[in-house]
Amino acid sequence: MPSPAPGTEGARVRLVGCARTHAGGVRALKATSLDIAPGEVLALLGPSGCGKTTLLRLVAGLLAPDAGGQVLFDDEDVTALPVERRDIGMVFQHYALFPQMSVAANIGYGLRVRGADAAQVRGRVGELVEMMRLQGLEQRRPAALSGGQKQRVALARAVAVRPRVLLLDEPLAALDAQLKESLREDLAHWLRQWRITTVHVTHDQREALAVADRLAVMRAGQVLQVGSGETLYRTPAHAFVAEFLGRVNRLARAPADRDTVTLRLGGAELTVPGETAGSTTLLLRPEDIVIVEPEIGVPCGVVRHRTFLGDRVQLRVALEDQAELLVDQKRDVKARPGDRVGLQIDTRHLMPAPPEDTP
Amino acid sequence: MAAAPPGSRPGAGVLAWATGAIAIFTLAPLALSVTAGLMANYAQGLRAGLTTRWLGEVWALYGSTVALSLALALGCVAIALLVGVPCGYALARSRSRAARAFEELLTLPVAVPGLATALALILAYGQWRAFRQSPWFILAGHVVFTLPFMVRTVGAAFRREDLVALDEAARTLGAGFVRRFVGVLVPAVAPSIVAGCLMVFTLSIGEFNLTWMLHTPLTRTLPVGLADSYASMRLEIGSAYTLIFLLVIAPVLWAMQAAAHWMENRDALTRPGH
Repeated sequence: MPSPAPGTEGARVRLVGCARTHAGGVRALKATSLDIAPGEVLALLGPSGCGKTTLLRLVAGLLAPDAGGQVLFDDEDVTALPVERRDIGMVFQHYALFPQMSVAANIGYGLRVRGADAAQVRGRVGELVEMMRLQGLEQRRPAALSGGQKQRVALARAVAVRPRVLLLDEPLAALDAQLKESLREDLAHWLRQWRITTVHVTHDQREALAVADRLAVMRAGQVLQVGSGETLYRTPAHAFVAEFLGRVNRLARAPADRDTVTLRLGGAELTVPGETAGSTTLLLRPEDIVIVEPEIGVPCGVVRHRTFLGDRVQLRVALEDQAELLVDQKRDVKARPGDRVGLQIDTRHLMPAPPEDTP
Repeated sequence: MAAAPPGSRPGAGVLAWATGAIAIFTLAPLALSVTAGLMANYAQGLRAGLTTRWLGEVWALYGSTVALSLALALGCVAIALLVGVPCGYALARSRSRAARAFEELLTLPVAVPGLATALALILAYGQWRAFRQSPWFILAGHVVFTLPFMVRTVGAAFRREDLVALDEAARTLGAGFVRRFVGVLVPAVAPSIVAGCLMVFTLSIGEFNLTWMLHTPLTRTLPVGLADSYASMRLEIGSAYTLIFLLVIAPVLWAMQAAAHWMENRDALTRPGH
C-alpha cells in the first residue's frame, strides 16, 4: 500500500475482488482489487466504456459489486452501506447542481443535511466561496453560471462536508480546452491542499498525469496497470498503456538481433540497453528523438510531413528499414518535408514492448 | 409578377391567411354564443339591445354549480399532487414489469368512454348510499379520469437523465429519500407539476360524460348545469351560461399558465446580460 499523505483527512479505500455485471448480463467490470492510501489521488484512466465510471460508482455506493466483492473505507466494510451514509463527496460529469438553489445553497446543502447550524453553514460556505473564487456569485442560480463556475461550485459542494473520500467523474470533460487547462491546475492545487482520498475518473491522460499521485489504466473492464504517471509512461506493462499515455514509435528488431543488444535503425546500428534483449519490438516516445545533421553512424531518414502544433513541431520521418517515425521537436526546427535528417536517440529511453495483451 | 421582397419566405402570406381563416372558423361559434348570452332577444339580434338579465338568471339558478365545479377541480388537483406526483416518481424509477403494466392500466380510463367508467363506479360503489349521493362520488370519478395525466406528465419529467443525477448528487451528500424528494426532485420538476395541475384542473372542470352519470340533482356541476340549461331553457340562458363558464375558468387558466411560464423562464431570466 502506498504511504498516506501527510496531514490527510481521507480514508484508506480498498476494493477487494469487485466485479460488476449489469442487468442483461453485461460484464462492465472484471474482478478488481485496488488499494488507495489515505489522502492519495488515484486517477482511473481509460477510453469510454472501459469500466472506470462503474468502478467509481462502486466506491460511491451508487452500484453494488457482484457477490463476493468488497469495498472498505479504512477497516470498515461499506459494501452494504447505502451511499447516503458513506460520507463521500462526488462531482458529476455534468455537475448535477440543484437548479432551484443558489450557489450558496448548493454548497451548503450537505452541511444542512448533516444538521449543521446556520452559522456553521455560512462560515464553511464563505470559506469555500473564497477559495474557489466564487465571490459575488453566491446568490446566482446554476443556470446563470459559466461552465467553469459550475465546475467549481460542484467541487465546493462535494468537499464542504469534509468527506472521507472524494469522487470525481470526468469533472473537466464538459469544459473547453483552454478552461480545462486552467481548471486542471486549480484542481491539482486544491487536491494537494485538501488531502482527501480522491478517485478521479478521466479519459484525458494529461489531466490524469497533472492531477493524480497514481494512475490506474483501464481497458475492457479491467485495470491493466497501476503506478505513478512517470512509471507508467516510462515502463508500461502493456502496449495499450504505453499508447494510451502518449504517442509512441514501435521499432521492429531483425530476428538475428533479438537476443543481442543491437537495433538497426535508419542505416545505423545502435547499442540498446541489456534489458531490452529478447524483445521483438522496442518503444520510443517521439520527444526522445532529436533531429541532427545526417552523418555516417547516425540513423537517417527523410522528412515526409511537418505539422506545426504551436508549442512544438511534429515530424514524420521515413526510414529505409523501419516504419515512419514520429518526432516531436522544438518549434524552431528547420527540417522541411523532403529534407534528409539524422536522428539522435538516447537509447536509455528505449522501452521493450510488453507482450501484446488481449482484452 | 412583382418580385418578393428580400428576406420574405415564399408562401408566408398564404400561410398567414390560412391560419387566420382557421382561427376565425374556430372562434366564431364561441363568440356568437357569448354574444347571444348578452342579447335581449337572440331572434331579433342586436336591434333588441343588450342585457345582463340572462347572466343574473343563470347565476340564480345554477350559481351553486360554479362553486361545486371549482371545488371538484381543486380537489382533483390536490389529490393529483398528493398521489400522482409520488406515483409518477415511483413509476419512473421502477424497472419492474409490474410497474409498466400498472402504467398502462392507469391510462385505461382515458381511453374508455366516461359513461363506461361511471357505470363501473356505480356498480362498484353505488350501494354506499351516502357516498353515492355526495360530491365525493363525482370527485372519485374525476380523479380516476384525470390522475393518469398528472402521472404521465410528471413521470416523464422524473425520467430525465439530469433528474437521476440530481437524485444521486443529493444521496452522495447524505440526504434521505424524503429530503431528496421534497427538497430537490419536486422543485426540479415544478414546471411539469404545474403543467399537470393545469391539465387536471381543465379536464375536471369541463368533464361531462362521467359527471352526467354520477351526479344527483343536488350535485350538479357546471357542464351538467350547462346541458340542463341548453335542454330546458331559452337559448339566451344557455349562452349566458357559456359566458359565465368562460369567466370562471379563464382567470384560473391564465394564472396557472403564467406560473408555469414563469417557472420555465426563471433560470433563463437570471442569466448575465438579462
